[in-house]
Amino acid sequence: MKDAILQLIKTASTTLPGDVADALKKAHAKERKGSNAKAVLSDILTNIEIARQDSIPLCQDTGTINLFITHPKEIAQSFIKGEVNKAVKAAVKKGYLLQNAVDPVTGTNTGTGIGDGNPSIHFTQSRAKSVRIDLLLKGGGSENVSAQYSLPDSGLKAYRDLDGVKRCVIDAVFRAQGRGCAPGIIGIGIGGDRASSYNIAKKQLLRKLDDVNEDAALMKLENDLMAKLNTLCIGPMGVGGKTTVLSVKAGALARVPASFFVSVAYICWALRRASCVVRG
Amino acid sequence: MITLNSPADEKSVRALRIGDVVRISGVIATGRDELHRRLFGRFDKKIANILKGSFIYHCGPIVKRSGGGYKIISCGPTTSIREEPYQADIIKRYGIRGVIGKGGMGGGTLTALKEHGAVYMQATGGAAALLSRCIKEVIGVHFLDDFGAPEAMWVLRVKDFPAVVTMDSHSKSLHDDIYEASMKRYKKAV
Ligand code: SF4
Repeated sequence: MKDAILQLIKTASTTLPGDVADALKKAHAKERKGSNAKAVLSDILTNIEIARQDSIPLCQDTGTINLFITHPKEIAQSFIKGEVNKAVKAAVKKGYLLQNAVDPVTGTNTGTGIGDGNPSIHFTQSRAKSVRIDLLLKGGGSENVSAQYSLPDSGLKAYRDLDGVKRCVIDAVFRAQGRGCAPGIIGIGIGGDRASSYNIAKKQLLRKLDDVNEDAALMKLENDLMAKLNTLCIGPMGVGGKTTVLSVKAGALARVPASFFVSVAYICWALRRASCVVRG
Repeated sequence: MITLNSPADEKSVRALRIGDVVRISGVIATGRDELHRRLFGRFDKKIANILKGSFIYHCGPIVKRSGGGYKIISCGPTTSIREEPYQADIIKRYGIRGVIGKGGMGGGTLTALKEHGAVYMQATGGAAALLSRCIKEVIGVHFLDDFGAPEAMWVLRVKDFPAVVTMDSHSKSLHDDIYEASMKRYKKAV
């Protein structure tokens, strides 16, 4: 299993998923000739090509390692976790991952890419015979501009409805400017508690960009926000332009009557996801 | 497209304006949080000789040992604003002609750019593979044992390193301009 995970990490780190690359190409075609936005997007496109050809990381910040793993009950989570850790250590050695685990108390970098809670693994048990692994590498810069709101928020005039949700998302993208390495992809979590809300927001980032939400209300929310956010004209890397976000994806969870959280998981254009199925 | 040599003189740096697309060639040095904390408020002559007239690149590279030397595998820019408390002091004290990073910096840095004739240039975030191709040689490394590879100061020879001037020595910041403009649009959008 370790080798399959290592291969998965390599793929995620060095090649951008086709749907994301296509969205970037379309964005590049749309920007004005000679604009800073076009210059930035053309750097990005060249970069994707070089990383793929040379099998090197797309971005030096290989970010937090998020794994969503579905496994049969016969395979212990502790075993899978051990295999993941071995794969991460090997990936760090091979230069596919940065040494990205720092002890927050002592300030020392473990040097292995492994630390308490890192990689971050979400397990789900299923009846399937094999293990399915979805990997998302999420850059620190984009994690830093991600945000969570508690509604109502009178400053934003955001109340406990979908209009309130929209206001939060527009606020988060506005505040991010180009700093999360725009153009970004926006995962939204509505409801839940603070932790589950952020988690479902992050999970949206595993969806293909052309994936259509089954929930009609959420689909409309996604489309409305996509159009609105691009009117901000923050542009690639915040240098101005038509492309501020590439896609918006939303998910919802039941909430307690007392709370209404909106989580905005912002991810940079370097949305590195990959998945695989491993037989036990 | 403007060619900028490093080390650079004051005149060519003062000639740069926000929105200029540049290609940097010459010697630059990486530096992020640890290096800025180390250089802030004190003068290190050896480091000053390297940095004078040159540019600090906010970057924590992935480095591999190769043969007796090092190879930079990947080296995109990191978020610059974290160095805001230190940057103005370091521009002044070490005579650097500017900074390369991403996301822009604050008022203290903008003032220092004007006073000392320096610029802030943004490299495309995440374009680490492209940027690492622009690195022609690792000239040296400092503080490697103290800080570890990503935080160490790597002295690099680069060629045609792409960037956009986003803060100039005339008190203009493209980041501020875009912020203001998007603020107006934000109010319209909600
Ligand atoms: S936000 Fe993304 S693209 Fe930007 S530096 Fe971080 S990982 Fe790279």
